[in-house]
Amino acid sequence: MQDFEKLGVKPVAISVDSPSESQDLCRKAGYTYTFLSDPNTEVIRRYDLLHKGAGVKGHDIARPAEFLIDSSGTIRWINLTDDLRVRARPDKMLQAASTLASQ
Amino acid sequence: MADTLPANTNAPDPAAPQSGTKRRPNAPLWIGFLLSVFAFLSYIPIFAKYPVTRDMPWANFLIFALGLIFLFLGLRRAFVQPTLYRGKIAGPILATLSVAALVFFCFTIFSLGKHLPLSTQAPKVGQKAPEFALADTNGGIISLATLLSTPAASHPTKGVLLVFYRGYW
Repeated sequence: MQDFEKLGVKPVAISVDSPSESQDLCRKAGYTYTFLSDPNTEVIRRYDLLHKGAGVKGHDIARPAEFLIDSSGTIRWINLTDDLRVRARPDKMLQAASTLASQ
Repeated sequence: MADTLPANTNAPDPAAPQSGTKRRPNAPLWIGFLLSVFAFLSYIPIFAKYPVTRDMPWANFLIFALGLIFLFLGLRRAFVQPTLYRGKIAGPILATLSVAALVFFCFTIFSLGKHLPLSTQAPKVGQKAPEFALADTNGGIISLATLLSTPAASHPTKGVLLVFYRGYW
């Protein structure tokens, strides 16, 4: 994640977790980047990432996805994971981010 | 310990072990049980890695079926030939545990296997990212516009990597 910050790209994580739940997670994992709460899935739905009933207690949550947005607010790269067990490879994400940094 | 009854008792109890004849261990019972355990445990480390065996875990079901067949054979031996084979107590216990493992496996697969939504309406590359304003962990409200305009650690911000994740960890 520090690699992204070096490139001037801010990683921002969004989920339905409450701010206190995210804070716990950050503390345990040592994350320092921004974590945002979307408990009503408002923004998750705006990005069409709603995964109905897939949460632990049958709650609606987000399906995993990454969006790289440039300084003008335009989306430059998207990764919608097909598989819950596969995350976007960091090198692909960094590659996309470095094209932004070189502008 | 060896039986202390005399070898030539007049009315031998067919259900009791005959002295001098040791009952054989009931291998199918244990093979069946171990197969069921393997069928249950092998999904995540082995079969979930390959799409062909992940979405419908037929390989695990096959191993479970094999295990249950062995258990059935073992139970039959224990109850039909109790003088030759052990397992009248262990058998039902192992069989119950194996069936329970199968039932639990089915529930787990059902909850793991909820298919991901298609997300066809998600914003595409080249489109403007939808605006948002959400609470961060410090109690403030952060918007996309703010994220893009405020510099990060003395460098101007070149972009934002939005990472949506499942939450509820």
